Amino acid sequence: MLNWRIENNMKHFTIVSVLIILLTIIVYIFLQSVGLLPIQASSQAIIIDQLFDIHIGIIAFLFSLIIVFIGYSLIVFRRNKQFPEEDGKHVTGSSKLEIVWTLVPLGVVIFISYLGALSLAETRKVEPQALSINVTGGQWYWSFTYPDYGITSDVLYLPVDRQVKLSLTSADVIHSFWVPEFRVKQDVLPGENFVKELRFTPIEKGDYMVLCAELCGGAHAYMNSPVKVVTEVDFQDWVDEELGNFPQDPLSLGERLSKNNGCFGCHSIDGSDGVGPTWKSIYGSEKSLVSGEKIIVDEEYLYDSIINPNRQIVLGYPANVMSQNYIDLFTEEEINNMIEFIKSLE
Amino acid sequence: MKNIFSLGIVKGIFFQLIGSFLGAGILGVIRALMGLSWKTEPAIVLGGLVGAIAFIGGVGGFKDWWKMAIGHEVAEANQIVGEKGMRRYFGFSLDHKVIGIQYGILSMVLLVLGGSLALIFRVELAQSGLQILNFVQFNTLVGLHGMVLIASILMGIAAMSNYVVPLLIGAEDMAFPRLNAFSFWIAVPASLILMSSMVFGGFETGWTAYPPLSVRGPMGIQMFFLGVYIVGWSSILGALNLIATVLTMRTKGMSLFKMPIFAWSVLATSIISLTATQLIGLSFQLVMFERLLNMSFFTPSDGGNPILFQHLFWFYSHPAVYIFVLPGLGIISELLPVFVRKPLFGYKWVAMSSMGIALTGFLVWGHHMFTAGIEEYLRVPFMYSTLLVAVPTGVKFFSWVATIWQGKARFPVPMLFVLGGIVVFLLGGLTGPPSGTVSTDLHLHDTYYIVGHFHNTMFGGFIFPIFAAIYYWYPKITGRRLSETLGKIHFYLMTPSFFIMTFGQMRIGLLGMRRRIADYDPAMGFDFTQLLITIGGFLIAFSILIFFYNLIVSAKKGELATGNVWNSRSPEWAILPSPAPIHNYAGIHFNVVGEPYDYGLKGSKYVELEKRDQYKERDL
Repeated sequence: MLNWRIENNMKHFTIVSVLIILLTIIVYIFLQSVGLLPIQASSQAIIIDQLFDIHIGIIAFLFSLIIVFIGYSLIVFRRNKQFPEEDGKHVTGSSKLEIVWTLVPLGVVIFISYLGALSLAETRKVEPQALSINVTGGQWYWSFTYPDYGITSDVLYLPVDRQVKLSLTSADVIHSFWVPEFRVKQDVLPGENFVKELRFTPIEKGDYMVLCAELCGGAHAYMNSPVKVVTEVDFQDWVDEELGNFPQDPLSLGERLSKNNGCFGCHSIDGSDGVGPTWKSIYGSEKSLVSGEKIIVDEEYLYDSIINPNRQIVLGYPANVMSQNYIDLFTEEEINNMIEFIKSLE
Repeated sequence: MKNIFSLGIVKGIFFQLIGSFLGAGILGVIRALMGLSWKTEPAIVLGGLVGAIAFIGGVGGFKDWWKMAIGHEVAEANQIVGEKGMRRYFGFSLDHKVIGIQYGILSMVLLVLGGSLALIFRVELAQSGLQILNFVQFNTLVGLHGMVLIASILMGIAAMSNYVVPLLIGAEDMAFPRLNAFSFWIAVPASLILMSSMVFGGFETGWTAYPPLSVRGPMGIQMFFLGVYIVGWSSILGALNLIATVLTMRTKGMSLFKMPIFAWSVLATSIISLTATQLIGLSFQLVMFERLLNMSFFTPSDGGNPILFQHLFWFYSHPAVYIFVLPGLGIISELLPVFVRKPLFGYKWVAMSSMGIALTGFLVWGHHMFTAGIEEYLRVPFMYSTLLVAVPTGVKFFSWVATIWQGKARFPVPMLFVLGGIVVFLLGGLTGPPSGTVSTDLHLHDTYYIVGHFHNTMFGGFIFPIFAAIYYWYPKITGRRLSETLGKIHFYLMTPSFFIMTFGQMRIGLLGMRRRIADYDPAMGFDFTQLLITIGGFLIAFSILIFFYNLIVSAKKGELATGNVWNSRSPEWAILPSPAPIHNYAGIHFNVVGEPYDYGLKGSKYVELEKRDQYKERDL
């Protein structure tokens, strides 16, 4: 009798083990084949995805382990209709088993943490010839400054296969720098003591988007800027063009300045509605203000609204959205250039 | 009319309204005397606070304490019979079973509110582009959805603990009945204040309320802070009461390791609530002060540190996750043996695993901040401690599996929800480690993957178990059973809908969908999955409507519950009639004579009436 029971138990455990192995393989292959992650466009993505692979394997195994045991037992040992009141076997526990399934997982999680630490260290390897870029996030724009070249841009141009070192800071609230194809993410904090560093090496040419991943109010969803990973030669061409080969007339300078400082994040130039009034045909138009008075938008009003945005707010738009420090940021000539640009938008 | 006004809750809300205007008015007068102009923001904060206290006055919560303070006699709670019928649920009662139901009703009301908020923004997200909401509305809905449901969960676990724990441990009531009633009633004005944030301009920060964003922007955030702050009182005082009850009110012979396992999980949860809730209150209070009094704690331009807030916030809000799930996991451990007719495998290990989760839960908050810019040397230690939580959680899973193994399983509705809870929580657990290791979390943080992950833990750890608990103990509450057919429809509709929703969320999250965005780029190709998620959400809502219909109809028309409905060993089924009488075991003497879960051991009993009571006729 005892022999028969042990044999019978062996039979169940054998079937369950085979099912667990089968299900593990099926789940693993399924998860690997559905394309869980975006393409790997940085060397960090490759390292991080290796750790994802390990996780997927563990998930497939543990999922199968628990599901097969429960499912098999519920189907095979469920209540027999002929003995509806029958109880299960009186087994209250096994300290041996409990110790095993405490210590084995403990070892596994320590090992995975160790792999995680290695993976993190690998993603943070410093290359001395890294390209420095200062990134500023604000409501709701990104601005990229290349201190080596004296360029400021609203598009993140990156040469392929060269590490970049981003120094990130925010003009107002917390934002977060994330390009899904690069995998890495870093919050962007306001305050000069909280400049954060993020390094990665793009390895795949193409167009990507940097997305703000930390809720920053209002137009958070639209706080995206293009990222262009190009060859070293194309990057150099772009730098040359930025450095001199652009028109120097006030109107064009004003347009560049507005674009690179994120003005278009709130003020559209095609007439569509935004967080702030559109610039299209704004010059010379009549606007009602929050205070109730009506004004004609002229040069004086535009100038004052840039350096002192809270004083005369157009009806229907919120206060305290625009930075108050443009007077320190721009020269008078630069502001006049921007006004020239706004005037041109008819 | 007079009849309606005599209901405690109506009186309370009326008093709250008056109190709010009074509070706001007082501030206006003080400012006027100081020669300052009217300012709405501080006025609504003071108004809200005074209103909440006035509510308690209105509902009658201070009456007995006042009498005690001036030296009058007050009746002992176990001497009070209280009102009969439905009315008792709408007024101040000291009966733990009434308070448990009151918590349950509030939890369900908040569940409906919080769920409906989600349905509104799910419609917005069903396709790319902005259709029905503007940014402020979207952000407000997302933030309130989170916090209203957190409140709903806190109320739900309080409902289960309050109703069930004294019954399980053989107590007549909770240790401090008046404090118990206060803990419940203070949550009502708190919920109203929380919801009123929508009226005062909403807020844009999500439920996490990170400064500096929460320091700027609409003043609805103040009502959000104040509401949460007061819900926190409810949570802390409720936990204190439960700890005292479990430790001191157990029946004769019930040592700690002979308690029903649910009592252990409630004990573990309450220890966390009692010691961690202060931190979210504190962090929110500091932001309130920053806004009201221009003190700078978190704004860097004035010398503050925004990361400090996140440390304070997550020091509560991570352990809070275990506050939410431990009672649910306790329900699973409690019901599983009844329905597989086998002892709970490794009782002591399961009990200690709750304590283990509670303890390790305090060491892991930093994993919410891997990308936040915390000190470099903190990330790896937090990764180790985070993954450590898997060990006690694993003990629970393996013990459940061993309990089920070779059990004679039967599948009434509560068992279905128990099994659903195990599977869903398993998915929640397994999707955790990828966000626990730092480098993979750099990709996952603040994406829909996280949204999917924590909806798994919340559904598996709370929603499924509380439904199991309601289906299981409903006969003890009403004397009638819920409809099995409707219950099965509820289960078989909700479970697949939930999987559609959560797998959809994790799928697009991995591919680059960020959390809390009102709109997404159609070029990312998420439109179809987003539509599926929305449909899943609506189906879940529909299944819960069926559940409510069942709750209401079965109270009158359900099959009468007689005797030991589930053939359980625990005292509330083995000894008490259904519905449970007032003051539970008053006048009954019973002893603990065996182990709580010795199913399958012939002739064994957990509890036994004393000889002198066995001859008494009771309508079992």
